[in-house]
Amino acid sequence: MVLVLGVWEAYVDLVSISSLVLPAPHAVLAALYTDRATLWHDLEPTAAEILLGILLAGACALASAVLLHFSGLARRALYPPLVATQAIPIPILAPLLVTWLGFGLLPKLIVIGLVCFFPIVVTTMSGLAAVDPDLVKLMRTLGAGRAQTFWRVEFPSALPGVFAGAKLAAVLAVIAVVLAEQAGSSSGLGYLLTVTVANLEMAEAFATVLVLVAFAIMLFTLLGVAERRAMPWIHERGNTQAR
Amino acid sequence: MISLEGVSHSFAVRRGGARLEVLSEVSLQVAGAETVAVVGPSGCGKTTLLELICGLQQPDTGTVRCAPAALMPQRDLLLPWLSALDNASLALRVRGVGRHGARAAARPWFERLGLDGFERARPHELSGGMRQRVAFLRTLLSGRPVLALDEPFASLDAITRAEMQRWLAHALEEERRTVVLVTHDVEEAVLLADRVLMLSPRPGRLIADVQVALPRPRVRTDAAVVALRASTLATLGVNA
Repeated sequence: MVLVLGVWEAYVDLVSISSLVLPAPHAVLAALYTDRATLWHDLEPTAAEILLGILLAGACALASAVLLHFSGLARRALYPPLVATQAIPIPILAPLLVTWLGFGLLPKLIVIGLVCFFPIVVTTMSGLAAVDPDLVKLMRTLGAGRAQTFWRVEFPSALPGVFAGAKLAAVLAVIAVVLAEQAGSSSGLGYLLTVTVANLEMAEAFATVLVLVAFAIMLFTLLGVAERRAMPWIHERGNTQAR
Repeated sequence: MISLEGVSHSFAVRRGGARLEVLSEVSLQVAGAETVAVVGPSGCGKTTLLELICGLQQPDTGTVRCAPAALMPQRDLLLPWLSALDNASLALRVRGVGRHGARAAARPWFERLGLDGFERARPHELSGGMRQRVAFLRTLLSGRPVLALDEPFASLDAITRAEMQRWLAHALEEERRTVVLVTHDVEEAVLLADRVLMLSPRPGRLIADVQVALPRPRVRTDAAVVALRASTLATLGVNA
């Protein structure tokens, strides 16, 4: 990391590349500092869109995964349209949504939701499918019904899948929010990116990207912490010797 | 308590393919509070027999009548996210008993089973023998009159297994239940059971039904135990 930055800095300084093509790391850092108020101001709506979008996608994805897991009919009927939502090119869809729904929060939530929904559905379903069938049998001999077996066995078993999907979604959401905001908005880091690039303020644009990346890393890390809190049995195992 | 009449069962090896007969014309009766061991070579349908008793499968032909049975599977199948206490009381929670009530019902058993101090431990923190004891307790606390034990100690090392056999003999003496113990360990059958049923290689048929009229506690080196073990092995076609 340090090496890459060093080579980058040296290359830009020595070969005297135009800052329009590639701004030097020190210029990006300077922009990060001087524009801190703007960046902070624009992070707010973007962060809100990302968090709301992931929550929305997560809730819909969990419900869909459970439905698809339990109903073969739902699986056959709904899987193709679900895959279709993933194949829609977001750069085409995002401006359309803005045309239909305006500059508000809703079109952004739809874009983030569409992008984040699918990974959570897929990983949750594979988590549910990987449940030990002998555990399900055992629950039956203990007198558990379908719902009991789901809440006591299948859902906890599938949690690693849920978190894997959520972590994927967190990173994808950051890409999605930029596409959504570039399609039409009057605030947010995606909007700031559009404006700075249009004004050829490349150092400022890079600084904006840096903030987005930092936010993605923070989200990913927080999900990792939540994962360890939610599933202590998986992480304890590494610390105690197998017997 | 348990009654099987002319029970045969087969599996489809592949979907739509030939069927593999695993049990053939098995009839047996088990009285209340009796411990019956079922021994036989691998693949003779022992596990299938237990699943029929537990109602997890329906026989192709014949009838199975049985009081409600709880299964203790070959692997302990403890839930890794629950403490030992919550695993043991799982059946009570399933029946709708509250968390506190279920734990209170299971707690006294931890001391009786030599598990005191490990109530809050997660399964991965327990030794193999302890895990089997928790799994046994979970089966016991299901409140079902019949316990179906499927090779409960097969995965343990020889020393722990001997210890657990002694322990189970003691536990069953204190808490009389109807027990069907499936095992491939003839010595285990002779040590623990009132009756030993022998199955032939696949498809499993009942080839012998031997009363074990030996006093308890039984010791594996006792001459009568050794003799019965030898004759059982001979019946199964193994030269002891």
